[in-house]
Amino acid sequence: MVLVLRNYKLRNSRLVPSPFPTTLTGCSKPQILRPFSFQLSPMAAIFQGVGAAAALPSSPSYSFDSNKSVFSPRRSFSVRKGASFAVVRSDGTVNLNPKDRRAQLLISNAVATKADSAAASSSSKPGHELLLFEALLEGLEEEMERDPHVCVMGEDVGHYGGSYKVTKGLAKKFGDLRVLDTPIAENSFTGMGIGAAMTGLRPVVEGMNMGFLLLAFNQISNNCGMLHYTSGGQFTIPIVIRGPGGVGRQLGAEHSQRLESYFQSIPGIQMVACSTPYNAKGLMKAAIRSENPVILFEHVLLYNLKERIPDEDYICNLEEAEMVRPGEHVTILTYSRMRYHVMQAAKTLVNKGYDPEVIDIRSLKPFDLFTIGNSVKKTHRVLIVEECMRTGGIGASLTAAITENFNDYLDAPIMCLSSQDVPTPYAGTLEEVTVVQPAQIVTAVEQLCQ
Amino acid sequence: MATAFSTAKFSTQPFPLNPTSTTSHDSSIVFARPTSQFLGSTRKFRLTSSSKFNLSRRSKTVVAVSDVVKQKKSKSSPSLLITKEEGLDLYEDMVLGRAFEDMCAQMYYRGKMFGFVHLYNGQEAVSTGFIKLLKQQDSVVSTYRDHVHALSKGVPARAVMSELFGKTTGCCRGQGGSMHMFSREHNLLGGFAFIGEGIPVATGAAFTSKYKREVLKEADCDHVTLAFFGDGTCNNGQFFECLNMAALWKLPIVFVVENNLWAIGMSHLRATSDPHIYKKGPAFGMPGIHVDGMDVLKVREVAKEAIGRARRGEGPTLVECETYRFRGHSLADPDELRDPAEKARYAARDPITALKKYLIENSLASEAELKTIEKKIDEVVEDAVEFADESPVPSRSQLLENVFADPKGFGIGPDGRYRCEDPKFTEGTAHV
Repeated sequence: MVLVLRNYKLRNSRLVPSPFPTTLTGCSKPQILRPFSFQLSPMAAIFQGVGAAAALPSSPSYSFDSNKSVFSPRRSFSVRKGASFAVVRSDGTVNLNPKDRRAQLLISNAVATKADSAAASSSSKPGHELLLFEALLEGLEEEMERDPHVCVMGEDVGHYGGSYKVTKGLAKKFGDLRVLDTPIAENSFTGMGIGAAMTGLRPVVEGMNMGFLLLAFNQISNNCGMLHYTSGGQFTIPIVIRGPGGVGRQLGAEHSQRLESYFQSIPGIQMVACSTPYNAKGLMKAAIRSENPVILFEHVLLYNLKERIPDEDYICNLEEAEMVRPGEHVTILTYSRMRYHVMQAAKTLVNKGYDPEVIDIRSLKPFDLFTIGNSVKKTHRVLIVEECMRTGGIGASLTAAITENFNDYLDAPIMCLSSQDVPTPYAGTLEEVTVVQPAQIVTAVEQLCQ
Repeated sequence: MATAFSTAKFSTQPFPLNPTSTTSHDSSIVFARPTSQFLGSTRKFRLTSSSKFNLSRRSKTVVAVSDVVKQKKSKSSPSLLITKEEGLDLYEDMVLGRAFEDMCAQMYYRGKMFGFVHLYNGQEAVSTGFIKLLKQQDSVVSTYRDHVHALSKGVPARAVMSELFGKTTGCCRGQGGSMHMFSREHNLLGGFAFIGEGIPVATGAAFTSKYKREVLKEADCDHVTLAFFGDGTCNNGQFFECLNMAALWKLPIVFVVENNLWAIGMSHLRATSDPHIYKKGPAFGMPGIHVDGMDVLKVREVAKEAIGRARRGEGPTLVECETYRFRGHSLADPDELRDPAEKARYAARDPITALKKYLIENSLASEAELKTIEKKIDEVVEDAVEFADESPVPSRSQLLENVFADPKGFGIGPDGRYRCEDPKFTEGTAHV
């Protein structure tokens, strides 16, 4: 995995990418023009928080993309072009095109089994490199080309290109009606998306920040989740609701919310969280193609992750979890940004002689109990690392689900590391301790494995 | 001479417009002359003394209403707004609505239906006046007071009654109930329990219509959406947000306010700073019209214009229909707060009686014909009750069927199979 750092300026509490690049070690050119600029790099945070004592990835190649074009040219790929999409399971096997072993090999590499295989995969393999937000954009654009009923609605998605550039260029390409800039009325435009979905369109509604969707809770709970049922199955609502959430870099309490815990009880919706460019594109496409309403959770700090992804069409199964690192001693279940904290902790743990199995659950509702269960049956110890609050978060539900289904296989009580039940403070030092840090993960595993 | 069956309280004459009394840009607005007394008068003001018109300079389209009426007057016979067939159609629809709701009340007290049931008695003119002008592909969005909207839109009385009884043959398989009437076939998009939450859905349906025309290039797509809601909803944020968006994008939608003056026990005047709801339309750039909602012909005239506007792509309209519900808010409401004198006043303006009088006085129909219709409707409603009574209740297997359009959404179980493949799933006993 290659990380890219960008300098962002906060303006009117929206993030605007600064044209000025920055380096990991600090700014060689003092281009920090405003007092609010900050670096968006989870790895940087880890270094600052944990100290350089943690083992660095063996191939830290950081590239600076301030002027890089969004779409690198597609190189020809030795597998037959125009391959129909393949459903990629998390263990790398492909459901369709079983003869296509080449595709299998490439795809299983793209789902990194070890974080430092990024260097190997980026050398001369086909596929193309891009950042996570570009992967989302690519997935969205491909679906919009494929089906003219797919449309986008949200604040600043059109002319502005999206506050995180996920819809950049789409309005120019598809027009202002298909990429609709809405007024600031979340409840109503989400409801409008639902009405459009009921009458034949496939809207992708963007919440500029997931927290803003609290205003749309009425529509999401009552209409999005329930209308298919209360109409006796007459109306489908193939809507995708997406946006960035999670704790960012000193964004303040209201911009740092984790709405997956609030939405998880709503019957009739599916929730997925992306964490890499590969699964971001795959989940975006799968969500758009799904007949169910899907909420896709992105993370503010992950938009600039870079990865090489396949050229051909692929989707990621909405209901499946992703095996990030197979292991023997303990199962660590995580999702979204915490995946990177876990992988950072995993390096320390490996050095200390532990062998953690890391699973990115990806599907927050419903849980992939098969992948999770197999892992629990193998390791007998579970640690959940999440960014939700302790009370009523995804971890709480996951703990209940595992206890209900796999209690006999557990050698120790399930440990769940969540954020503190605290409104995220603005101060950096305080914010750091509200979310789970790699050192805590290491300690927890050591405790579990005693 | 037109015989208007309007009330003693309200004048049928349009308020005379003096161009100089409005802003200087209003010279293009023309209204019907004050002397002609025509049905379908659109100017109704409850404030008596002020001579101000409350339409903004942008709502020139109100012109068209008077023009339409003037044209109609010259074309057909001097005083009639409807033909005999239309008149009988309207009468039948209103009688169906009334008889059905009365039967609902009976069934409720006999323990055949439960929960919150909100009856539409007294407001039939609005539903009939608007929905009878729609085509099947046009959409209607309603609130919890939706039985009659469903019937007017064409949902069979049997399906609605079964739904109320909670049977599988109901229009929503018994899963929706009184407040959630849906019909894909008739484009009834609900039935919503929370007020205001249907308006964005209606806006979305109108958006689809515009999208189909402009993006998908289905040039003849002129579907219109009607959103019905009450006076209480007009203080809700979603109302204003949708007025804004509909006017902004010129969506083919008509916002129909059924102002029955009461939101359960809250009088509209106690809840609203400016009780003139139609005024809120021009604030967002669309015409706002107030009409006597107890007079089906007046409602129909206004509806024709508003729906025509939307079909032609001229954008949304806000229509405030002043109406009244003869019963309480729901069958559980003791209805103690409303003044009996007010109820009596409105009961005298019963839309069905009024239309009956109009039809007979204008020789459009005889008493016998109307009686036949009433008998026929009685049979339809009785048949609906019988059908609902005899229909089966939903079995347990129906529990999990419609939660997801794609039941893979229940996820993968511990055994590696999708939960929906579990045989217990189809029995409704699976643990999901």
